[in-house]
Amino acid sequence: MQTEHRLEPRWLKPLLLGTTLLFLAIFLALPLGVVFSEALAKGWKVYWASITEPDAIAAIKLTLLVVLITVPLNTVFGVATAWLIAKFEFRGKGLLITLIDLPFAVSPVIAGLIFVLLFGSQGWFGAWLSEHDIRIVFATPGIILATLFITSPFVAREIIPLMQEQGKDEEESALTLGASGWQTFWKVTLPNIKWGLLYGVILSNARAMGEFGAVAVVSGHIRGMTTTMPLHVEILYGEYLFTAAFAVASLLTLLALVTLVLKSFIEWRIGKKRLLAH
Amino acid sequence: MKSLKSNLFGIAIAVLALVAPFIHAADISLLNVSYDPTREFYKEYNQAFAKHWKELKGDNVTVRQSHGGSGSQARSVIDGLDADVVTLALAYDVDAIAQKAHAIDTNWQKRFTHNSAPYTSTIVFLVRKGNPKGIKDWDDLVKSDVKVITPNPKTSGGARWNHLAAWGYALEKYGSEDKAREFVTKIYANVPVLDSGARGATNTFVQRGLGDVLLAWENEAILSINELGRDKFEIIVPSVSILAEPSVSIVDKNVEKKGTKEVATAYLQYLYSKEGQRIAAKNYYRPTDPEIAKETAANFPKLKLFTIDAVFNGWGEAQKKHFADGGEFDKIFASIKR
Repeated sequence: MQTEHRLEPRWLKPLLLGTTLLFLAIFLALPLGVVFSEALAKGWKVYWASITEPDAIAAIKLTLLVVLITVPLNTVFGVATAWLIAKFEFRGKGLLITLIDLPFAVSPVIAGLIFVLLFGSQGWFGAWLSEHDIRIVFATPGIILATLFITSPFVAREIIPLMQEQGKDEEESALTLGASGWQTFWKVTLPNIKWGLLYGVILSNARAMGEFGAVAVVSGHIRGMTTTMPLHVEILYGEYLFTAAFAVASLLTLLALVTLVLKSFIEWRIGKKRLLAH
Repeated sequence: MKSLKSNLFGIAIAVLALVAPFIHAADISLLNVSYDPTREFYKEYNQAFAKHWKELKGDNVTVRQSHGGSGSQARSVIDGLDADVVTLALAYDVDAIAQKAHAIDTNWQKRFTHNSAPYTSTIVFLVRKGNPKGIKDWDDLVKSDVKVITPNPKTSGGARWNHLAAWGYALEKYGSEDKAREFVTKIYANVPVLDSGARGATNTFVQRGLGDVLLAWENEAILSINELGRDKFEIIVPSVSILAEPSVSIVDKNVEKKGTKEVATAYLQYLYSKEGQRIAAKNYYRPTDPEIAKETAANFPKLKLFTIDAVFNGWGEAQKKHFADGGEFDKIFASIKR
């Protein structure tokens, strides 16, 4: 039995707990409740119709396409950069780490504008692109590029500290024992980082689905073609179709909740692994 | 290898067989880049036009829509948004596409009747039910206890009409440019937020409950009353307002590239037809066709309307003097301490 040595007064803990719970209730539970109650305000039939009408389906498909392309690319990019940073020494490493963080520091709207300035018809590559009939901004490629830019740091940021902490002893041993570089990666490096990697993938997935600002700038707002789910929600809201807006919003919210559950599960796994290791 | 070849051949035949029935009935897709409050109108009009074109030519036309603040929409077309037609809030935004991107013939206003403005509108006030602040005319907007909602004239076409309507009113009533500037400055001093488009401003007023009066397109005001309840808002028609002429044009550069010039032109021309005019009137735009105007006169309050040509010498000059960098709006905005 442990005795609690408390310096703080007795009422502090319940007070802090109460404040936190109240805060969570007002800023999390209440808005979440509103989303679902508004979405179902006119019943399941209207809800179902709202998420299955052609423009909504197109928005869901586009969002999934964007996720399917950006998340794997960012995973490969993240692992490669993290490996480079954690296991090798070279000049300018600090600068590279700063550059990886850049998308976190840049406002999403600016991120979108960068691509308009590069690939818009008045932009640097505009004339060449239009000559060759290639569409980037105001089309799917632009949306994918903007999302890639925004979500690129997530995976790398998650696994760099993990890899640095582990050092390179295990890999070196594997190599000494005759494993090839590829074998070392699959059998030693990857198992060590897999939970952190998954965590990064989930975060980047959530952001890719929910990104609004950068995508809004490059989208062109063509209904049923270049509107992702968050943009579609905004359009519906602007057209006084509140139930439909909240129905699509509830899908995004559900995705967020699933992400949250997965995230907690992974954190629990990582915690357990750390306990076992010590 | 042989089997792969014959497989490919088989697939090609199958694809041809699937496509063949549609070769005669072409599927045409147009993109209409428009401003904020026309969403409901074009949704209905697009279906009517698709039906008309199917009967006339047998082709299927799908018209895609894109909406936003008129200025930002024009900017997107300049930056390469693939519009076949633009239906914007004012002539200047079409001019901008013609001048900055050379994507539209500079002669565009002459290509359709009424300076390529198939329907018109005006600026009215939307107030809360019972009109608690007693707002009757433009003079009530400068009172210090009245909060006015209007979008940002830098990005919104409707906001530019609002600005010019107030200016034109003051110019006539008080007789000088200085007095008009003073009057409009007082109105902007009463504005708590500037949204980027007309629909955003409407939502700020009706959804977020900010402000005592919304300066709005007539069609936007009537629509929000019908959508959100007569028991919550009412429309106040000022003594004088501006005749707003939203402009339409085909985007030459894009239709030539896509080969859609004929259908895009027909799409805009059909706005002037009896059916097009009736749909416009049904969505609270004032029709230009005299017969339909007479038919629907009861829906539109009568008020004195001045034109931009008469008071401001056209959009070119109005834009330069009022909304260009360092223009009247910038000066007014800088003078208001926030």
